[in-house]
Amino acid sequence: MKKHWIIAAALTAGLGLPALAQDKVKLVDVIELSGPGATSGTNWKSGVDLAVAEINAKGGILGKQIEIVHYDTQSNPGNTRAAVQRAIDEGTYAVLGPVFSGPIGASMQIAQRAEIAQIVGGEAAGLTKQGNQYLFRTSLSQTAAMPKIANYLKNTVKAGSVAVVWVNNDFGKGGRDAILPELEKAGIKVAVDVATEQGQADFAADAIKIKNANADAVFVYLNEEESARFLRAAKQQGITKPLIGETTLLGAKVIELAGDAANGVKGHVGLSIDAPIPAFQEFGKKFIAKFNYTPDHNGLKGYMAVYMVKWATEKQKKFDRKGVADTLRGATIKPSEEPGILIETTIEQNGDLDRESFLAEVINGKQVINATLPKLKP
Amino acid sequence: MAEFIAYLIAGIATGAIYALAAIGFTLVWQTSQTINFAQGEFVMLPAVLVLLAIKLLGAPIWLGALIGIAAFILIFGVGFKLTVVDPMIKHGVLPLAIATMALSIIMKESAKDGFSAEAQNFPSFVPSQTIQVFGASISLQHLAIIAVAFAVIGALQWFVGGTRLGRQMQATAQNPTVARILGIPVERMVLLTFVINAALAVVASVLISPIYLAKFSNGEVIGLFAFIAAIVGGFNQVRGALVGGLIVGIVDSMAAAYISTQYRLAVPLVLLVVVILLKPEGLMGRKEERRV
Repeated sequence: MKKHWIIAAALTAGLGLPALAQDKVKLVDVIELSGPGATSGTNWKSGVDLAVAEINAKGGILGKQIEIVHYDTQSNPGNTRAAVQRAIDEGTYAVLGPVFSGPIGASMQIAQRAEIAQIVGGEAAGLTKQGNQYLFRTSLSQTAAMPKIANYLKNTVKAGSVAVVWVNNDFGKGGRDAILPELEKAGIKVAVDVATEQGQADFAADAIKIKNANADAVFVYLNEEESARFLRAAKQQGITKPLIGETTLLGAKVIELAGDAANGVKGHVGLSIDAPIPAFQEFGKKFIAKFNYTPDHNGLKGYMAVYMVKWATEKQKKFDRKGVADTLRGATIKPSEEPGILIETTIEQNGDLDRESFLAEVINGKQVINATLPKLKP
Repeated sequence: MAEFIAYLIAGIATGAIYALAAIGFTLVWQTSQTINFAQGEFVMLPAVLVLLAIKLLGAPIWLGALIGIAAFILIFGVGFKLTVVDPMIKHGVLPLAIATMALSIIMKESAKDGFSAEAQNFPSFVPSQTIQVFGASISLQHLAIIAVAFAVIGALQWFVGGTRLGRQMQATAQNPTVARILGIPVERMVLLTFVINAALAVVASVLISPIYLAKFSNGEVIGLFAFIAAIVGGFNQVRGALVGGLIVGIVDSMAAAYISTQYRLAVPLVLLVVVILLKPEGLMGRKEERRV
């Protein structure tokens, strides 16, 4: 008799396990936690963790708690492919990450084949030109950002010539290929075009080359750590011309690493906790309280990625993997519907975003927003 | 011309760091006839330890620097010799070389997991300013690197050639058996060599980290270039390591300036191949023969 009770208890427990598992929805975050992308990836991961903690504390998505798993890609495209495949094999509801455009390009077809939404932090223009219906950005594409920068260089900086320094990876090459035609359209001459390597440690020679080009301004398009090293080298070489960049040049980590050398840097910023939007500032406070460091745009992107999944799931009122992508495509998510999205965001059919962005400057070690730029298609 | 001078000074500054690390390769080679594949990580880790001491103990920079540097010299100077070299050398040079490869990975991954995978700001003791030399803007930081590195290398040369202890160390490196017969405390001399290697690595680390930023992966580049420098200069000569380091640094800077940043890593490797083909013992090295 006792034996029967044990078997019955074991069966009940066994049947109970799947029931418990069904109370969770699994999200796998494939992200750069080491290697050259560690700064971006760490910020993104913290943003994801913050969103997951908030959503779970409020009862989860449609009553299910989020189970989050992070896989370190080591900023390596091969590892990223393997991690995305593993995420899909393990039944992820959507793939979050990565941030670097090269690894995204190398892994996006895997999620596409599985018809699972992949929500990424990459900015390279080419990513969304490949007809992948399952890839979604959390940042503006270079195609959207570069005209704003060229316009800024022409009208505000009044630059007749620009030195361009970029990182020779998918992100940097995409940015360089996007800015050059915009500069030409604006009638700005490219005085020197300097390619640098991902993970490069020594920028002295590049800074000397740029200084001697004697352009009216320098457009810097490097990843975060390299941006900081370049800014230090630029200061060491006495470059005094305006240093203009995109979101990565003005991030919190860059300002921290570059120290005084970051002061005076200006540029276009997609997302910032310093923007005059209360939801961003509130996010910044929560982030700093939880992780004890100031988030950059990648922290905001990771946070929004989880809320995009939540919004799409609640919109379709069921857990349907393919439906997440179908719901996101072409949608406009308003903070009034989903406060976690923080700012009104339109997702175009190809996965690109349209939303407000900002012009910023680093003053006394802090990012100061000078202007808010409207959506491209208001 | 001004531009060339600026590239030259930048190259010499970087080369001085490579030289410090390359001398470490040479010292370990002379005393144990092996290659320390963790040499790059020896330059990376002191900066991490300094920052760790500041972070964990809340110590001011100077105290954190003293604690971190002392900890490094103790663990990776004395400790490296006692726990890696001594047990492994009995089994031959190859197992020891492989042990240093393992050590390299352990140091790198420990720095990543125990501290951070992200680059960290490292304080500079020199202001970020420039001075004009023959029309070229020269960074004070580069000049400080050159001055300190050359002073340290000069002091080492004086110590090795001009002091009794240094000559004993040299004798030990040349022939430990004869040195032992002459009453030189060979074990102590070998230990001293490893402590000097660790101290050189500390100097290189403190000099370069404000520019490279402190990061667990910094040793990869420094180790590779210092290794090339040691071979180019002559693996068995301290002077060779110095010359090799400077050549590699200058070639790297000039390659980035006048060829292409994308191919800059290849240029020192081409130089290495050329030197091996023309002078296999290195530019300043001496031929060594072994009888079987």
